[in-house]
Amino acid sequence: MSDITSQSLFELKSNIKEKKLSSEEITKAFINRAEKSKKLNVYVTDNFEKAIDQSKKFDSNPNLDFKLPGIPIAVKDLFCTNGVRTTAGSKILNNFVPTYESTVTQNLWSQGAILLGKLNCDEFAMGSSNETSFFGNVQNPVGENLVPGGSSGGSSAAVAANLTPVTIGTDTGGSIRQPASFTGTVGLKPTYGSCSRYGIVAFASSLDQAGPMTKNVRDCSMLLEVISSFDQKDSTSIDYKRNSYSKELSKDIKGKKIGIPKEYRVDNMPDEIEQLWKNGILYAKDCGAEIIDISLPHTNYALPTYYIVAPAEASSNLARYDGVKYGFRSPGQNLIEMYEKTRSEGFGDEVKRRIMIGTYVLSSGYYDAYYLKAQKVRQLIKKDFDDAFSKVDAILTPSTPSSAFKIGEKTNDPVSMYLNDIFTVPINLAGLPGISIPAGKDKNNYPLGLQVIGKPFDEQNILNISYALEDKINFKNDISDWWLSE
Amino acid sequence: MSIDLKTVKHISKLARISVDDEKANKLKGDLNNIFEFIEKLNELNTDNVQALTSIAETTLRFRKDEIKSENIREKILKNSPEENKDFFVVPKVVE
Repeated sequence: MSDITSQSLFELKSNIKEKKLSSEEITKAFINRAEKSKKLNVYVTDNFEKAIDQSKKFDSNPNLDFKLPGIPIAVKDLFCTNGVRTTAGSKILNNFVPTYESTVTQNLWSQGAILLGKLNCDEFAMGSSNETSFFGNVQNPVGENLVPGGSSGGSSAAVAANLTPVTIGTDTGGSIRQPASFTGTVGLKPTYGSCSRYGIVAFASSLDQAGPMTKNVRDCSMLLEVISSFDQKDSTSIDYKRNSYSKELSKDIKGKKIGIPKEYRVDNMPDEIEQLWKNGILYAKDCGAEIIDISLPHTNYALPTYYIVAPAEASSNLARYDGVKYGFRSPGQNLIEMYEKTRSEGFGDEVKRRIMIGTYVLSSGYYDAYYLKAQKVRQLIKKDFDDAFSKVDAILTPSTPSSAFKIGEKTNDPVSMYLNDIFTVPINLAGLPGISIPAGKDKNNYPLGLQVIGKPFDEQNILNISYALEDKINFKNDISDWWLSE
Repeated sequence: MSIDLKTVKHISKLARISVDDEKANKLKGDLNNIFEFIEKLNELNTDNVQALTSIAETTLRFRKDEIKSENIREKILKNSPEENKDFFVVPKVVE
């Protein structure tokens, strides 16, 4: 049997079912590795003691019908967990202990999973490198002083470094797919309305979705099956029949029409990414798919649109952090001064920048010029996809315009940081499902990903295409455990 | 268009985030760079485009208007920055 922590979710499940491993053994193996992996800084809060208790409890009366039987899982620190501190990577929530559970994490525990702890992320999920976290940056296990992507950077690093078998992240503009691409892992953003947003710290409510981050496509299909559910507590949750994604997973993609959008060929894109994309197209053809050239003409307007819509929604969502009801408070002479000091000291620079952008575009006299304009362009972007999907079943693109960059390389230039999400943002604006799978490496041996985009609620199709491509690509992440301490 | 220092201070007031002059100057630079990037949208004519208001093409659900008494006062006050078992405490508002 291979080392416990390097096993996939399905391997761990079958070892538990065949009684070759106990939940306690598995849980302790992950905890033991975490203790030696502090250098990566993936954990904000651990739940190790309680996790061991829960694993013993599971072993004393194991329910093997569960989809995640006794499997320990760490989650992004954006999901509220009852009785376990939830910070969203921010000083302003440094001492916040929720008295309720997010629906998506509840779905994990209801299928037998055990909480290992809360994973680092960019503050309020605003960032593409995990460098905006109040709890410090995360190291990418792929190489020293590389960012793991963001905002779900602690999550992507934890999966790649074998510190959790699988995890869940959230994706507002690429925050699952970009870090998955940077770490050689799989990440899926579901259709808007698939996974409940209840109990997830809100960033931009019309874009936010939770989704699985895993080592392979099959694990991803199982985790999606568990977390995707209709929920009365989320007013935008959609009631539709969800597939049994893992059972229906198939490599048969013969006759599927896959679109290649010419606008995703951007200036200064490294040759390796161009080559990776070409290889992906060849593999898809090998599998019997039909390749069709398509156009998404408003692609270049997606990022400017996103940087109006997302900050506008964020400025409104983050108004609740005022030092009155929970979280950090800085005392003031009067109520207004308390608000202003609390928010000034409690939020980091990037969050403040985005609140300011959002406040400005929503302020009197500017609403039409910015916010309304952006919502109109968003309609055009959505229409691009509607038109494309009348001709094709899925779209294949690179996940990111570059591989992982060095820590500190882009922190002084917000716009260059924003450009990371050029291929992922349009999918959030259109509410579509998208998945990033590892597809190759650049000249530095850093992983690169390909993205498969689907029609609304067509997660099964993009999982199947990814499953077929994964088999052809046969990607191997060679991670040397350079960070381990005794 | 460019955002001046006065505008930065005005936005910070609206956002209830205090900024000193040094921070305001830094923000002025950042915001101008970001808005230069955003202004690209002006290339597009959107006169006849309807603004997108909801990405999920569904109407909001109704639920029964029922009173649910869950006795959650304690839970709600649990994370309150200044301890009090009945209320949230803030600096004096009315003189």
